Amino acid sequence: MIEINVTKTLHGAEGVMPLHVKLNIQEGEFVALSGQSGSGKTTLLRILAGLEEAMGSIKVHKQVWLDAQYSLSVQKREIGFVFQDYALFENMTVEENLLFVTKDKPLAQHLLQITELDALKKRTPNSLSGGQKQRVSICRALMKRPKILLLDEPLSALDPAMRTKLQNELLSLHKEFGTTTIMVSHDPSEIYCLASRVIILQNGEVKNDGTPKEVLLKTQGSQKFSFEGELLDIKKVDVIYVAIVAIGQQLVEIVVSSQEAKNLKIGENVRLSTKAFAPAMTQI
Amino acid sequence: MNYEPFVISFKLAALTAFILFCIALPLAWYLSQTKSRSKPFLEALTALPIVLPPSVLGFYILWALSYNSPIGAFFEDTFGVKLVFSFTGLVVASCFYSLPFMVQPLQNGFESINKNMLEASYIAGKSKIQTIFAVALPNMKPAVLTAIIVTFAHTVGEFGVVLMVGGSIPGETKVASVAIYEMVESMDYTSAHIYSAIMVGLSFVVLLSVYIFNARQNRRFGL
Repeated sequence: MIEINVTKTLHGAEGVMPLHVKLNIQEGEFVALSGQSGSGKTTLLRILAGLEEAMGSIKVHKQVWLDAQYSLSVQKREIGFVFQDYALFENMTVEENLLFVTKDKPLAQHLLQITELDALKKRTPNSLSGGQKQRVSICRALMKRPKILLLDEPLSALDPAMRTKLQNELLSLHKEFGTTTIMVSHDPSEIYCLASRVIILQNGEVKNDGTPKEVLLKTQGSQKFSFEGELLDIKKVDVIYVAIVAIGQQLVEIVVSSQEAKNLKIGENVRLSTKAFAPAMTQI
Repeated sequence: MNYEPFVISFKLAALTAFILFCIALPLAWYLSQTKSRSKPFLEALTALPIVLPPSVLGFYILWALSYNSPIGAFFEDTFGVKLVFSFTGLVVASCFYSLPFMVQPLQNGFESINKNMLEASYIAGKSKIQTIFAVALPNMKPAVLTAIIVTFAHTVGEFGVVLMVGGSIPGETKVASVAIYEMVESMDYTSAHIYSAIMVGLSFVVLLSVYIFNARQNRRFGL
């Protein structure tokens, strides 16, 4: 069990914001950490890793990592950290990057084989693609056989095909190494595929905490589908009103009554749902 | 032709570069990592030798190292080392004079390294010293080379401080630049020409090799 109760004052783009997070995480859980940028996700990871100071306490499997008088050094915390920009050691080959952490050749070989990097082990990081670099970074993080694996938006810079492939690899590594994994992610499909629990941070506090289904699924009860979007415009066309709503990257037109049009404000976040008919799904 | 002044110049420059690298490395690292308010003061102090006239620096060093000051007296009484008008004194003076030329490139080098890379090394369980030698320095080779070579070249090229602290004792403190000054004073233009030409040639070759090396490094890292 990992018990986290930390406080820190953040100096963000929107002035001073307190970060206060109280969480208990079970051993072996795969937690996705989500929320708007500036909500304190990365800072929370860095506090866990010991890269940033904070008030409060962190206990990992009954071992104190942080309390009022004591802070375990970064070097001694049993964590693996995967940075968004990979942060590989550019002066070392792929294999040396792994062995720098611990001189465990069989483990390095095993990790390189699982991630299909075996053929590239003598190459230096600058000759690798983004996906390959991220795999090396994940392998490097696992070389210490960490209790906790922290991932800061590890797949955000990769193309969709590579993401899916790496998601599968991440999941199987998480299971094989039995780590507790905490991953910052914005991608609902990624969270749904990987995580057993989602924590949404907002303005430095936990806003929502549950299974991906509970937190992410927007349809409730008899609703057939439901989307959140931003209301961009309302136009009067003859006797009806047409609202333009942006859902993700797509714009849609919805017919609304004059009463509804009066109550809606342009720029508001709105939810579109329907239950009257079964939606049709076809391949694109 | 007597080439002893060149030998002294290069011996002095090599020793200075070596000693300064050892001193400047922790200082540059501290300056690159600290968020302390004392940073600008330390930076200004380190950069002073760039703007001060060599005579001012020479005067203070002379004053501090002479037997009349506690430092000079301590060294002479304890170790029997005379710090003024001796080669040892020249090395000490050169270390002050060339300090910024070693510290600044190293500090820039450390600052240019991806912070996450250093943090990844700490997370891998490595201490700061292991991180500096295994991760930071190998990833800033051009900065290290620039620091060492520029310090070396700058020490070869120093004149005012050397003259004030070392004087011009043949075989001890008479370096090439001082020798040229004396040749011109005694109107021995032939020797002055030869000496000066050698200085220009050597300095150019040294600087050229630094720039060629750095260009290659940058190309290799695709910058």
